[in-house]
Amino acid sequence: MESEVKTARPESSGIVRDPTRSFQDMILTLHDFWSANGCVILQPYDMRMGAGTFHTATTLRALGPEPWNAAFVQPCRRPTDGRYGENPNRLQHYYQYQVILKPSPSDIQELYLDSLKAIGVDPLKHDIRFVEDDWESPTLGAWGLGWEVWCDGMEVTQFTYFQQMGGFDCKPVAGELTYGLERLAMYIQGVDSVYDLAFNQHGVSYGDVFLENEKQMSKANFEVFDTDLLFKKFEMAEAECRNQIANDVPIAAYEEAIEASHIFNLLQARGVISVQERASYMGRVRDLARGSCEKYAELKAPEWAEKYPEWSLL
Amino acid sequence: MADFLLELRSEEIPARMQKGARGELEKLFRREMDAAGVTSGDLTVWSTPRRLALIARGLPTETEAVREEAKGPPVGAPDQAVDGFCRKNGVDRGALEVREVKGRETYFAVIEKPGQAVADLLAAAIPAIIRDFSWPKSMRWGDASVSSESLKWVRPLSGIIALLDGEVVPVVAYGIVSGNVTRGHRFHSAGEIAISGADTYAGNLREASVIVDHEERAAIIREGARKAAEAAGLKLVEDEGLVVENAGLTEWPEPLLGRFEDDFLDVPPETIQLTARVNQKYFVCEDADGNLANAFICTANIDAADPAVVVDGNRKVLAARLSDARFFWELDQKKKLKEHAKGLERITFHEKLGTVADKVERVAKLARWLCEEGIVTDSTVRPEPVEGRNGSEVRTSTSAARTADELADLAEQAAKLCKADLVTEMVGEFPELQGLMGGYYAAKEGLPVEVSDAIRDHYKPVGQGDDVPTAPVTVAVSLADKLDTLVSFFAIDEKPTGSKDPFALRRAAISVLQLLEASDIRLRLAVFIEWFLPIVIDARVESEIVDKVVTDITTVQKVRGGTTEDEIRAYSKQFARDSQLVAEIPSQVEKAFSTIQFFADRLKVQQREAGVRHDLIDAVFALGGEDDLVRLLARVHALQAFVETEDGTNLLAGYKRAANILKKEEWESKEVSYSPEPAEKALIDALDAAEPKAATAIEAEDFAAAMSALATLRAPIDRFFEDVIVNADEPHIRAARLDLLARFRDAVHRVADFSRIEG
Repeated sequence: MESEVKTARPESSGIVRDPTRSFQDMILTLHDFWSANGCVILQPYDMRMGAGTFHTATTLRALGPEPWNAAFVQPCRRPTDGRYGENPNRLQHYYQYQVILKPSPSDIQELYLDSLKAIGVDPLKHDIRFVEDDWESPTLGAWGLGWEVWCDGMEVTQFTYFQQMGGFDCKPVAGELTYGLERLAMYIQGVDSVYDLAFNQHGVSYGDVFLENEKQMSKANFEVFDTDLLFKKFEMAEAECRNQIANDVPIAAYEEAIEASHIFNLLQARGVISVQERASYMGRVRDLARGSCEKYAELKAPEWAEKYPEWSLL
Repeated sequence: MADFLLELRSEEIPARMQKGARGELEKLFRREMDAAGVTSGDLTVWSTPRRLALIARGLPTETEAVREEAKGPPVGAPDQAVDGFCRKNGVDRGALEVREVKGRETYFAVIEKPGQAVADLLAAAIPAIIRDFSWPKSMRWGDASVSSESLKWVRPLSGIIALLDGEVVPVVAYGIVSGNVTRGHRFHSAGEIAISGADTYAGNLREASVIVDHEERAAIIREGARKAAEAAGLKLVEDEGLVVENAGLTEWPEPLLGRFEDDFLDVPPETIQLTARVNQKYFVCEDADGNLANAFICTANIDAADPAVVVDGNRKVLAARLSDARFFWELDQKKKLKEHAKGLERITFHEKLGTVADKVERVAKLARWLCEEGIVTDSTVRPEPVEGRNGSEVRTSTSAARTADELADLAEQAAKLCKADLVTEMVGEFPELQGLMGGYYAAKEGLPVEVSDAIRDHYKPVGQGDDVPTAPVTVAVSLADKLDTLVSFFAIDEKPTGSKDPFALRRAAISVLQLLEASDIRLRLAVFIEWFLPIVIDARVESEIVDKVVTDITTVQKVRGGTTEDEIRAYSKQFARDSQLVAEIPSQVEKAFSTIQFFADRLKVQQREAGVRHDLIDAVFALGGEDDLVRLLARVHALQAFVETEDGTNLLAGYKRAANILKKEEWESKEVSYSPEPAEKALIDALDAAEPKAATAIEAEDFAAAMSALATLRAPIDRFFEDVIVNADEPHIRAARLDLLARFRDAVHRVADFSRIEG
């Protein structure tokens, strides 16, 4: 495995890529690494979502027998985690780096550790550990077993072997790696506040890019969003999702499920959903997401079965 | 004799599952060897996060040849039966032998089993062990997982070593080929390492920076942590659970001590310890005075190039967690508990029992009642002086006993605040700190020490071995909390069934028993339930007009005035629900009272576990009508002491004889109109003396004295049976004697139902 990818910039600035000195260099290094290991490098999904797992490249591609290897950055929105830019560790908008490898290769742990080395984490200097952490998303009808990966006691990655998605057994199982990019970068760059991260090697910090965004979006999420409109939007997404499912367009239906999920998170941040209602809303989002996944699997099943005669959906 | 080594290599096995996995490996290996007729030998089982290993010493290399005989059908049996017998035993019909069994010619099959190579048996056993291995949670992986039938294991299984006296036992199991190579430490060892046999296995691994013996790793951590603390002039807070967990997370453990900023010590030490242990698996230390020190000990899995780098990384993570904790601690204190408590209105306690705020309201009324009625009093136990924590001043309670009204005020105040910490940030983050944080916040607010202690301890006792509170205010709140839970859930028919007890009512009942016993609290359950039920039931009826006859919207409109149609509709719905509730009241009352029987059952279980004979418990319970559990217990204990004496045993024998006679006979009561025989007279006299004594003793709840009174009947009843013929020829004498026996039986019954006692 190539563990060092240093490329001179085309300009003659003399600055070489260094994942330990810039957030974007770290991302580019991961892209290079996973690209060299056969992954499709995707761009973020163009919707607001709570986790990279929502990306269709993860959820929908985890279904069915076809091999699939992809890596991408996904911005994640967690409205209730907003702190108006005042907490050095919490953000309502942050990045995850997602890798999905299907079927899970037998050297997946070694690949992952090599990727850490590539971005400057030396496992003889730092204590890397795989600590039990199972994953379950009732919303997606999904669960898996795996670990949270610790680096000197800090959780830097979620490592999951998907067992079920959309209520279906994953056949074959996909391995999912979710790197917390900001945390890793803070660790590698040795800074205590996310806003102090060097975004590039030209003096732009993470705070320069995102501090204003955090301030405004925290205010919007907690104080401003019109809850009546949000409730309406939720119902609209729900209705559209059902419409798409009824017309056999599960990908479009799934996008509406993502939308509904985010609207629900906004309603939570606005504090207008009571404890009792919460369970009911989560159930509604789950029905949409699972309904979309089920429709997708059913629609694709004949094609999959034709290509893979040994395979069956159930 | 041969030594066998089996290593099953896996991706990281969760620490908490390793102990069970060792047991499972040993169990399955023995099962397979037993089935193959091989003595398992001397077994050693080891685990690390990445491997399970089993060494069997002194295995035979071959099994002995076995000659088995099977008895078949008699000669002349239908061909079908004979052929079936041959098939079953794998022999030809011509090979059957004929022998005489009880005078009948009978077929016998003789099966010769030659000795087998143990290596072959092991090769067959290994896939079966892997297949049948039971994990708390297991998963599929890799290419094979395209089928849902593929092997399930805790994490991907990546290698098998199977060596019998150094020779590879060839196995292909689930795509893995056995061999003699494994891998060492993930970072300190590269590539594969060869193992020559069982004896060198641990040593080979040690060279590759893996300590395969989990107990050795635990010892390194235990000792290393202790030494690290001592070197820093501190004392380790020992935690064997953490030792084992860290041993399950490492192959090469290195305990390292780090420091965190002093300022964090402002937050309660329990919070720091919990954060360190639960989230980070760190040990904590104390200074010479027993106060929590600003130090932690993490267990690294590497011999780090520069340990300071690893420690510093861990320190940062802990600091981030502690600053969260401090943020919560400070934020929570910006509001008084009273204000926090308002948040409880948003938390549902149970769909049919309202919010937690509703529950708190009931608990407060009940805690007050328990004090006002003199059920919980301040007569016996005084609260201990309270040590200052974290610089808060030492407060001691006043020495004079509190009056019932004072206690009632304190108990009500504590009860109203006891659940408030559930909505604080700190308890949201660490639910284990419920109660404790409320206690801290109450103390910080300057509430009376009885109140803050009661808030802190009102969940206690939470199981066998937990401290049972005896401070009266705490007892009142704790009892009220648990009694409310019990009666409320019983009223809505949510009682435990079989193994299902989702609201932990059994535990609540046992806790109540412990509280009552520890402070000798006399509580008449029936009286309590009668008083308490209206509070449970009325609270659920929301509309104020429920007792009026309202049947339609027009009437509602009249009562409510000019409201909108929606409101009227909602109100009428509410009314319908309330009407139903009112209709359910009789059955709720009945169900609530069944709590008493539930307590009795729990008491039986509890006493049985404490070694009290269940028949004695039954004997006292059979008397019925007793709803004071402490009194019930006193009676059981006195009875136990009595039946173990000679008097007790003999009285029981006399009682049984009398009861047997009475069961069989029919008679009409008759006055004694003849001169009774001396033995008869003696029994009458003894009863005349014993009955009032026993009655007085029971009245005074002196059950030992009641038993002594009964003991005086032992000699007279023995003599009566020796000297007197009950079934006299004259009917009036017979009837009078039967009357006398009945009187004797009834006298005994007033103390306990001796017919339930065994022996």
